[in-house]
Amino acid sequence: MEKITLASQLLQYLITGVTIGSIYAMVAIGFNIIYNVTEIINLAQGEFVMLGGLVMVFFHAGAGIPILPAFPLTVVVVTLVGILLNLLAIRPIQKPSVLTLIIATIGASIVIKGTAMMIWGKDPYDLTPFSGRNPICFLGAVVQPQYFWVGGFLLVVVVLLTLFFEKTIVGKAMSACADNPTAASLVGINVKKMILLSFSLSAAIGAVAGIVLTPIALMDYNRGAMLAVKGFGAVVLGGLGSFPGAILGGLVLGTIESFGAGLLHSGYKDAFALIVLLAGLFLRPSGLLGSVEITKIKKF
Amino acid sequence: MLRIRKTPIALFAAIIIVFPWIARLIPAIKNYPDLLIFAGIYCLITIGLSLLMGFSGQISLGHAAFFGIGAYISGVLTVRYGFNPWVCMLIGAGFAAVVAVLVGLPSLKLRGHYLAMATLAFGIIVFIIFNEEVELTGGPDGMSGIPGLSLFGFAFDSMERYYYLVWFFVFTSFIFTVNVIQSRSGRALRAIHSSQEASMAMGVDVSRYKIGVFVYSAVIASLAGSLYAHYMNFINPSTFDVFFSIKLLIMISLGGMHDIWGAVIGSFLVTFLSFEWLHYFEEAEIIVYGVILLLVTIFMPNGLIGLPRIVLGWFRR
Amino acid sequence: MVQEINIVVEKAGGGAILEVEDVIMSFGGLMALINLGFHVREGIIKAFIGPNGAGKTTLFNVITGIFPPTEGAVRFKGKPIDRLKPHEISRLGISRTFQTVELFANMTVLENVMLGRHIRTRSSFVASGLRLPHARRQEEEIRCRAMEILEFIGLAGKWSESSGSLPLGERKILEIGRALATEPELICLDEPAAGLNETETKTAADLIKRLKEKGITVLLVEHDMKVVMNISDEILVLNYGEKIAEGSPEEIQNNPIVIEAYLGGENGYA
Repeated sequence: MEKITLASQLLQYLITGVTIGSIYAMVAIGFNIIYNVTEIINLAQGEFVMLGGLVMVFFHAGAGIPILPAFPLTVVVVTLVGILLNLLAIRPIQKPSVLTLIIATIGASIVIKGTAMMIWGKDPYDLTPFSGRNPICFLGAVVQPQYFWVGGFLLVVVVLLTLFFEKTIVGKAMSACADNPTAASLVGINVKKMILLSFSLSAAIGAVAGIVLTPIALMDYNRGAMLAVKGFGAVVLGGLGSFPGAILGGLVLGTIESFGAGLLHSGYKDAFALIVLLAGLFLRPSGLLGSVEITKIKKF
Repeated sequence: MLRIRKTPIALFAAIIIVFPWIARLIPAIKNYPDLLIFAGIYCLITIGLSLLMGFSGQISLGHAAFFGIGAYISGVLTVRYGFNPWVCMLIGAGFAAVVAVLVGLPSLKLRGHYLAMATLAFGIIVFIIFNEEVELTGGPDGMSGIPGLSLFGFAFDSMERYYYLVWFFVFTSFIFTVNVIQSRSGRALRAIHSSQEASMAMGVDVSRYKIGVFVYSAVIASLAGSLYAHYMNFINPSTFDVFFSIKLLIMISLGGMHDIWGAVIGSFLVTFLSFEWLHYFEEAEIIVYGVILLLVTIFMPNGLIGLPRIVLGWFRR
Repeated sequence: MVQEINIVVEKAGGGAILEVEDVIMSFGGLMALINLGFHVREGIIKAFIGPNGAGKTTLFNVITGIFPPTEGAVRFKGKPIDRLKPHEISRLGISRTFQTVELFANMTVLENVMLGRHIRTRSSFVASGLRLPHARRQEEEIRCRAMEILEFIGLAGKWSESSGSLPLGERKILEIGRALATEPELICLDEPAAGLNETETKTAADLIKRLKEKGITVLLVEHDMKVVMNISDEILVLNYGEKIAEGSPEEIQNNPIVIEAYLGGENGYA
């Protein structure tokens, strides 16, 4: 009996870890999209996730709109926030430096957080899961059906983004910007528009993450910061700018956090991800999939 | 040439010394010395932070941690073990220095966003420890019964007495920092900010200086924390959270990072905003801070200190 | 009156102040320097020429300790320096300028040179903070020496200006002055004449000759062939990271391999 319980416990941690890791992966992808085009790390990335959850609550639980239309509606709203962030907080900066951009994105994140607090208050909100709350038993572990939605949407995001960057003209233009903005503008690509697009995409992906997360873990106005830091941990683990790295990093980070919280001390749950982030930064800033040499030459 | 004039310092000192007398006479600002105690405590932290970020070009988004370390070491050692508060202050400073070295050494190779995130993560981890180690720190409910300070029988038990104590600390560290800025060491720090490569080629031991300035800023933040603990007689982890680190960032950005007076101005402004002016806004307080940061980055990257030059620029046109 | 800059000259084994032996520098497969070896006799001006990407700046970076060579050895006055950090190498007596002028833009002309005095002075963080008398005295000395150097290089009148506001020619001179303040025995100048007009180039070339008169050994990376042929005692030609020729200016000018690889005739001095 003991053996089965331990194994199913571990499986439970693994499943939870992969699920939450998918969220971190989505945040990490959002970071990478903006970074690749602008070399900016958007510290307000987590706020998009938070808004995704709360705005969905507003449309679905508050205004009674069914999930199917409410979902894209929420994504649109949060994308608009992302656009505003770019236009009001980033674009007007005269002499962008690493420090000014950090301060600007922090400023934007606390404006968003403060506004959310005024609208929704400090309490956490719940959202009805997309396909009910009946847990599925799998080899002794309990899986919420919502977990599949999370993993599923990660897949959808990854597939759509890959198609976007490789098959569409706009996507290829964005990749060109990421590689070499000067050359890109010389061939007629509007770099400013690409930057705006990158913020829009990141906001949209963050919103998706927030919408699928809320039925599992609730959502409150203050969750953005921690999600952003952990998402950045996934970025560092996987290698800054790397798309597959973001996925790998997110899943690994989520798993480590889940096992740490389960096996060691759940009060320190958040600290595990942070320690992994620090370890990644201190030991191998280029990430598991990144190149050490390129990291040395790049700015950070 | 970077010359920090002595006259404004003397003038400021005079105002600070005389202020409690004035406050006693005007009922509306009777309690302002209490505000200025907090402004002073924050100045202690921002002076060090300004040297670290504005002059040396480093980043710390986790300085609330050092403030908290000073406060909790003072609190824990005096309340649970009955140590002499002054000794605890020194122990706190020493402990903060050690932590700064342990965090600073591996962070040496980090720059920009990586460094910012590392310090942010460090600050959050320390905050979590304050919350989780309930037996030691009292956890989220906090720790009370922290004694006040007294020296050879003279107790700093009134608002005015504590005011002078805090501002003594502030002026000492202000003058020390100003001296450093105008010295060979200050030049080395500014060189590091401008070009680490060239500094190394000119013989500056960049690593040693970076750690040195980080330790210095950690130590005075820790002293500020101890002073805070002995004034409030009660501390709890929420004072030392990420938002406080961001508030410190707001103080030096708003005042002006590249000028030591910017730290003072920013600390005063944010103290007044926090305790007095924004009280009407209550929940919108956070939004105001965010807007301030955005306005500063867009319109006044050099902070309020840089404002005269901007205004002069308009007139020239 | 320009005060003599004191330099203690030590004869290394074989009379060479710098020895580079079989140095290989590879960046993840990209070979920047291949089996490079040469000696530098003290007191001369030795120029390194070659097409862009030949490895000249990489060589300077290896000598000054920015990265250790993948293989091989570098010796300064007989002592190996290839594993030392840049600030340690600077302390031993090697200084440099950078291809893209790396002045401290946030400081004045004088302050830049004062920073150059850093390794020849000593006062701790705490002593500075407390403004102890010896720290104050030293600061005065630093200021005086820095002004002397500014006079030596001809920029004394602009001492209080922001270093970023100077024209390129003066910025390059200032960078040499800053390197001079470290009291080097060997100085590496990376393209000191790049981007300069004729007058500025002449000023720079004259300054370099005066460095040699002071007894400082000069390593020079330069594309301006007039300058190179005029002031160098020896020239080493690099191509794709390898030495293809080494000798006096006359020998190099007439070397067919060099002419084909680099000088070409239009580019050259002939």
